[in-house]
Amino acid sequence: MTFWLLLSVNSITFGALLFLVAAGFTLIFGLMRIPNLTHGSLFMLGAYFGATFVNGMLGTVFNFWIAALLSAALVALFGAIVERLLLRQVPGQPLAQVLVTLGISFMVADVCLMAWGGDPIAVPTPEGLLGIVRVGPLVFPLYRIAVIGIAAVVGILLWLLLDKTRIGAMIRAGVDDPDMARVVGIRVSGLFTIVFALGAALAAFAGIIGGPILTVYPGIDQYMLPLALVVVILGGSGSLLGSVVGSLVIGFIYNFGQALVPELAYFVLFLPMLLVLLLRPQGLFGKFVP
Amino acid sequence: MNALTVTGLNKSFGGLHVTRSVDLNIEPGERRLIIGPNGAGKTTLFNLITGELTPDSGTIELHGQDITRSPSRNRAHLGMARTYQIITLFGQDTIIHNVRLALLGLSPQRWNPLIDLKRQSGFTEQGQKALELVGLGHIADRPLAQTSYGERRRVEIAMALAQQPKVLLLDEPFAGLSIDERRDVHQCLMAIPRDVTIVMIEHNMDVALEFAERITLLHFGEVIVEGNRAEVVNDPRTREVYLGH
Amino acid sequence: MTARLAALVVAAIVLVTLPYWMHGVYYVNVASQILFYAVFALGLNVIAGYGGLVSLGHAGLFGIAAYATAYTLAIGFSHTAAIVFALSFGMVAMAIFAVLSLRASGIGFIMITLAVGQIIWGLAYRWISITGGDNGINMHGRPEPFGISLSSPYAFYYASLLVFVVAVAAMTIFVRSPLGAALMGTRDQPRRMNALGYHVWLIRFYACLLSGLLTSASGILFVYYNQFISPQALDLTASAEVLLMVISGGAGTLLGPIVGATLVVVVKSVVSGFIERWNFLLGAIFVAIVILMPEGLVPGSARLWRLAFRKTPPAAAADKAEEAP
Repeated sequence: MTFWLLLSVNSITFGALLFLVAAGFTLIFGLMRIPNLTHGSLFMLGAYFGATFVNGMLGTVFNFWIAALLSAALVALFGAIVERLLLRQVPGQPLAQVLVTLGISFMVADVCLMAWGGDPIAVPTPEGLLGIVRVGPLVFPLYRIAVIGIAAVVGILLWLLLDKTRIGAMIRAGVDDPDMARVVGIRVSGLFTIVFALGAALAAFAGIIGGPILTVYPGIDQYMLPLALVVVILGGSGSLLGSVVGSLVIGFIYNFGQALVPELAYFVLFLPMLLVLLLRPQGLFGKFVP
Repeated sequence: MNALTVTGLNKSFGGLHVTRSVDLNIEPGERRLIIGPNGAGKTTLFNLITGELTPDSGTIELHGQDITRSPSRNRAHLGMARTYQIITLFGQDTIIHNVRLALLGLSPQRWNPLIDLKRQSGFTEQGQKALELVGLGHIADRPLAQTSYGERRRVEIAMALAQQPKVLLLDEPFAGLSIDERRDVHQCLMAIPRDVTIVMIEHNMDVALEFAERITLLHFGEVIVEGNRAEVVNDPRTREVYLGH
Repeated sequence: MTARLAALVVAAIVLVTLPYWMHGVYYVNVASQILFYAVFALGLNVIAGYGGLVSLGHAGLFGIAAYATAYTLAIGFSHTAAIVFALSFGMVAMAIFAVLSLRASGIGFIMITLAVGQIIWGLAYRWISITGGDNGINMHGRPEPFGISLSSPYAFYYASLLVFVVAVAAMTIFVRSPLGAALMGTRDQPRRMNALGYHVWLIRFYACLLSGLLTSASGILFVYYNQFISPQALDLTASAEVLLMVISGGAGTLLGPIVGATLVVVVKSVVSGFIERWNFLLGAIFVAIVILMPEGLVPGSARLWRLAFRKTPPAAAADKAEEAP
């Protein structure tokens, strides 16, 4: 019984982490209509930056949260540069843009390998969140519970951004109908840069937040990207609610799958995605069919 | 028996009721014109008739045969051909190849993975004939990329004629043409024999009115007025639809 | 026409006599690799280039044929039986792949193929009882058709050359055929093709089967060449590499995938000798090609050639003007 409860809590934690990754992915997919194949690499880059800041760089050791924000900002800048310099070269050609993001993901992954080497890097759990939580016979690491809280806070902030701010309204308009949005004077291409940078920031933030749980290692990009893809296809493109639901579903399927059918775990994971693509291509809450 | 019968056709997109209970009875050999302001649902009606859209309710019959559930590709084989509002030709190929593809679509040879298509003289000859009907026979081998807009409109018509259709649907065939080009297209259309029934959507009134025998006026997806030229032109509702805007 | 025929004859002579003038087993082996990777690229080109359906999961099908060969040999099949089984199994896998993926086109197709490719990789990685997981499957020996042992690099080269020639011949015939023209039509104007009476889905399905045949053949050659198969051969990087071969050479052309395969194999072999940064280079070339020369090297160079050698102003400018909408 405790085993299943522990597995469930871990599933929710993993789902929370996935949400941080998927939220950025779904915004980019919703607005720019492309699956950002660089997303996994941005996650990894954020994790490596964060790990370096936390473990000490140039003699300075950064506070975990500052490292996280700094890392997210750096990767956001990188994302903005990629969008302006490269994706802009092939405007209105989603296929070409997807291939560009694919190429960049290889470059980023290799640069990370070159810069940080092949061994996994541990990210220490932030002070104040060390320790455990006891609920009856169950014991959970405090940090894992905290991740759920962090994801919830980020989720609420994102929802406020999209729902209550002017820029959020413009993004929503762009997601619903990019042509119409242009017609009413919204500079959709400017929004592209902002959303791509925001998505990158979220991925990077997720990377460092996930650091104490997953560590950072070469290949974590190829581990995260397919998961983000599945969550967004399941939840629906451009939908924040979809990302929440999708992340939780995938979090559970992934963890339970690993525990129950390890040989087919990957297969089980992609099955809901395939089913959705076959039966309801716009996903549970999606705005359009990819 | 009518060439084309549409009964109670309805289509909605979400909350938008685009086609409302449309009835059409078009006789064999008739020249029917469908008019209406922008957004009246004319192209949607065409898309429903050709099968690119599925109706929510209603039936469509082609020469007495119920084709409501038939997929688009089957309707081509049953004798339906259409041209498009926005030119959708095969831009990387020559004019004759475009017509060849139209001919191939109706032939069992389209599944053949072995023979050399360009050597099949049957397609080339028939294609050449169709191009001559629209006055483009002399430039059959020209790449489409090197043709004018008016010439491309005529290629579209040639492709439709090559299919030897029973019912030909023309979606704004005169759109964007110069006066001379309009006259050329008008001539092709007038020359089409009476065993082909023609239904045309048009905005350009001068040429279209001359061509039409019966006119159907659509507004907000509904048939408002229907009759011959004089009846529709003089009907007060027609003026209301166009001027009450 | 005669210039083309002459070029073909020269190419044939060069390829047939290659082991005699290319000194060193290493280079003959690279040539063999180029040949079967070219077959792989030709296979992907059927759907990506001529069909307009870009797949990011093709290495999965390549790998299935390779694993099928290795596995059946390991359980005691003869070479002939293993090859026949692998080809059939690969085709069946492709048929399933097609049924799943052809629900969509464009971006949706890319995502489904990416997902399916990852599923196949995941199975290869985790289904240890069948695939050996990360350790892969080792093979011993190559077939000996008509008493000639393909264990010799020279004999293997000729076997690859034979498959390559058959693949090129098949593609040449297909591209000129009505079905080939229909496939290209569905790439350019799927809606119109539908209205003209073509069964767009079925045309694409048949194209997938042809693609599957070529892909499986190359997978079998690959596993016989390496005497080994592991999940790495069918991961996303592998799918990206074969896609790069197609688009760098020129998607939708006959020569393009061959040139692309040559480029990628040579650069990879040469680069791996000096630095470890193949992945970076792969990514960089990808981005460069997509942005700078999206039509690929073969059509791109042909265009530059024409521009360089024209005496009158090029028709290229007039073409662009006409192609406006």
